[in-house]
Amino acid sequence: MEKLKFERPFIKKITTGLPAKFGMKNRIEVVNNIDGLPVEELMNDYGSPVFVISERTLRQTISEARLAFSTRYPLVQFAWSYKTNYLDAVCRVFHQEGSWAEVVSIFEYKKALQNGVPGAQIIFNGPDKSAEDLELAINNNSLIHIDHFDELYMLAELSKKTQKKSKVAIRVNMDTGIYPQWDRFGFNYENGEAWEALNRILLNQHLDLVGLHTHIGTYITSPSAYRTAASKLANLVVEIRNKYNHAIQYIDMGGGFASQNTLRGSYLQGYDAAPSFDEYADAISSALINSAIRPDSLPLLILETGRALVDNAGYLLTSVLANKRLADGRRATIIDAGVNILFTSFWYDHTISPTRFDNDHTEETTIYGPLCMNIDCIRPAIVLPLLKKGDRLVVQRVGAYNMTQWLQFITMRPNIVLIDTHGKTHLIRKGETVETIKQQEQLPKHLE
Amino acid sequence: MLKLNKNIAISDTGYVFDPSIGESYTLNPIGLEIVELLKANKTDNEIKSIILERYDVDDATFERYYIDFTGMLKNYQLAKDE
Ligand SMILES: Cc1ncc(COP(=O)(O)O)c(C=O)c1O
Repeated sequence: MEKLKFERPFIKKITTGLPAKFGMKNRIEVVNNIDGLPVEELMNDYGSPVFVISERTLRQTISEARLAFSTRYPLVQFAWSYKTNYLDAVCRVFHQEGSWAEVVSIFEYKKALQNGVPGAQIIFNGPDKSAEDLELAINNNSLIHIDHFDELYMLAELSKKTQKKSKVAIRVNMDTGIYPQWDRFGFNYENGEAWEALNRILLNQHLDLVGLHTHIGTYITSPSAYRTAASKLANLVVEIRNKYNHAIQYIDMGGGFASQNTLRGSYLQGYDAAPSFDEYADAISSALINSAIRPDSLPLLILETGRALVDNAGYLLTSVLANKRLADGRRATIIDAGVNILFTSFWYDHTISPTRFDNDHTEETTIYGPLCMNIDCIRPAIVLPLLKKGDRLVVQRVGAYNMTQWLQFITMRPNIVLIDTHGKTHLIRKGETVETIKQQEQLPKHLE
Repeated sequence: MLKLNKNIAISDTGYVFDPSIGESYTLNPIGLEIVELLKANKTDNEIKSIILERYDVDDATFERYYIDFTGMLKNYQLAKDE
């Protein structure tokens, strides 16, 4: 007689009425393929864990964003935020889609150049630009966004020395009604510091003020904060025009749009909480169009959108290593991907999907990574089908920040695979080996 | 030997009711099967051989999940070692 398929025995307490501490009941969504390629096959070919990026989703998302803005404002330019995901393959998809590059370090700057971005289409942000970095940027006609007065003076001196005008903007920080206010970067609007910096630049013959920049924060769920920020920058455009008869060529609104991930502890699911590109576009464009800027000199609108463009396109495929019971009887599941490669699990409750769901039984569990550390918790509480060792799980919306902020801790970072628009896979970053890591080390003679 | 509490009610769909505290539980089919065997006073070893006979599972795997399962029965105070 043929034997029955084994499932692990299981008992669950029935709770009625109020939602448990695990929050509102979520529908369990099975994800057994990515862009039509079976998860099982991807993992057989590329190992576990493995990051997978959908080129189709990348292109669809940037098209949606472009459409939302270009139907509301005449001049729109996206600049890909390198820090969000600087894998060359990802950057090049965005550049093919017409995006410039937004970088915050010489490392990212050089990556952008190597990806073929013309110097004049690289926006150089951040507080850490050395004299050498700045000289390179001046010579390449890049757009240098000044962060502080020390940089302003250094840049003025370098421009004088090289006899080449720098194209500059300042980063402005401001109160937009959201908390926390990012006042560490750039010059403050309310206390007049921004205006003071602008005056010094406009009176300096070596500096060419081309733009105004702000980045009000990240995962901003209120479009009205962008409305406020755009209005304040528009005021500066008008004041500069009035005092110096100088036209500002662009307003750069930075990044910060929320992706569809759920913030940890949030009652609402991310796809309910995150505004659409249309809502952000509406707030920003109407603020600019309704401002006192003359219609014939509306500046170019630059957007440095990061996570909202790439989060959805990234998946982390992982395997169950073990099931455990915690001392109080709660279930715990250990998977082979830890917080070292899934940094965003510190602030997101990532959607984690099973690849199959054969019957109706589910249980509440806590998902831990394999690191020998208490902080290695991927989801404190989630409802999943009964999992067994070797089962596959798909962590969704992991495209932003993980592949740049990941840590090589205890283990090695895994393969990253791109699925192109024809459904073909490409290894775009090889998994690290012991040799990769050891290559950087050197032994002093006496320890050899 | 693990003993199931006498007064708990078990339906043949896997619904369990514990009248002493008013809690109810649900079992999956194999969980129900094991509970029925416990109710019939089978020992751990007897239960194991019955399950291994019927299901496509190896000894070690079953044992692991069996310990986990009976741990939950004890945790919910539906059974205790005697
Ligand atoms: C200057 C600047 N621009 C753009 C971004 C991208 O932000 P986000 O991923 O929130 O869209 C950041 C991120 O911190 C940033 O600092």
